Amino acid sequence: MEWRDQGILLSVRRHGETGAIIDAFTSAHGRHMGVVRGGASRRSTPMLQPGAQLDLTWRARLPEHLGVYRAEPMRSRAAAAMSSRLALAGLNAVTALLSFCLPEREAHAALYQRSEQLLDLLGQDDLWPLAYLHWELVLLEEVGFGLDLACCAVTGETGNLAYISPRSGRAVSRDGAGDWAHRLLPLPDCLRGIGPAPDKEIAEGLRVTGHFLTDHLAPALGNNPLPDSRARFVETFARRL
Amino acid sequence: MSSNDSIEALIELMARLPGLGPRSARRAVLHLIRKRGPLLSPLADAMRQVADSARECLNCGNIGTADICDICTSNKRATGQICVVEDVGDLWAMERAGVFKGRYHVLGGTLSALDSVGPEELRIPRLIDRIPAEEVTEVILALNATVDGVTTAHYIADRLQGQVRLTSLAQGVPIGGELDYLDDGTITAALNARKEIL
Repeated sequence: MEWRDQGILLSVRRHGETGAIIDAFTSAHGRHMGVVRGGASRRSTPMLQPGAQLDLTWRARLPEHLGVYRAEPMRSRAAAAMSSRLALAGLNAVTALLSFCLPEREAHAALYQRSEQLLDLLGQDDLWPLAYLHWELVLLEEVGFGLDLACCAVTGETGNLAYISPRSGRAVSRDGAGDWAHRLLPLPDCLRGIGPAPDKEIAEGLRVTGHFLTDHLAPALGNNPLPDSRARFVETFARRL
Repeated sequence: MSSNDSIEALIELMARLPGLGPRSARRAVLHLIRKRGPLLSPLADAMRQVADSARECLNCGNIGTADICDICTSNKRATGQICVVEDVGDLWAMERAGVFKGRYHVLGGTLSALDSVGPEELRIPRLIDRIPAEEVTEVILALNATVDGVTTAHYIADRLQGQVRLTSLAQGVPIGGELDYLDDGTITAALNARKEIL
């Protein structure tokens, strides 16, 4: 059994003295683990840093086996990530959330594509937070907790949308909210891809996606807490407000 | 237990050491037995002594034979600087270079969300306590240039911001290194940290 694919490296664990077990998010095979022989060696360590784009060949006798990877580096993103505090926090948040949310061996082609595009923007601190916010929306969509921001859940109107229901994830217009407005989450324009998206609005958007990640997605995955890395990214981003 | 069993047990234990497998452990044990007088007995004594006395320094996390290690008790060491390293092996590497004359702090790992290693699992609270207690003016973050290492360095820097001068090791081309053999991340870091030739 053998396949070849491209993948984003999510995490590395030592295996034995010089080997490593890597967790990669691949284009056609989803999140997939495998052993890299010599993966913890001095030569391979710089290549096997989280976020690296790899050309992977996976081999195993049976599909259910852990299998062995041959990994060739395509792009290293560690240098770009280490160049700025926000970029590094962002990279950690993306890799930790992908590891946390995605089941193994289930393809998520759209999310993979968005993740690759997002990570290629690392180091561009002016663009990155908004791209990250939209990536979280895609992540929620892919794992079954997508937000419906097209029209108001109460009136059906498409304009004047100002809130989002913390339970259903559907948009609510100002008129539709009425007296319930204080129980709803604010819906910043940038979540709908409208307007110039100032940092303050992005921070509000992160609070909204954070609510659905923490209160809806995490409990559905066995009540494990969301990885700290996301909170650290949000905290780092909040410092520049 | 017969004598052969004890030799087999020794081979099995030696095979668990880093760099040794069952065959090389067998070879090493055979060599030790042949050199019983000059090598095996002193080695056994030394191992017994280390097993009885080795412990982590309560102050910095270095390994020594007393509660407080030689570096922490030495009068010759500068008190104003603390060099933060990930592991005792890194401390020994710094000591081999012989250029740093301050004191150390061994974290015992790096922060890792996936492995549930938080600040409390490392010796970060102890490091923070040492700053006023030892009148530290500079903290050198000599952590590995990995994503986890730099993340940990940023976390410590956030915790110590405004209290002391914070520095980190430079990144770039190693002595004797050839550009052709360097990974692109190192080349990027080296180019970003380029300096004027005087």
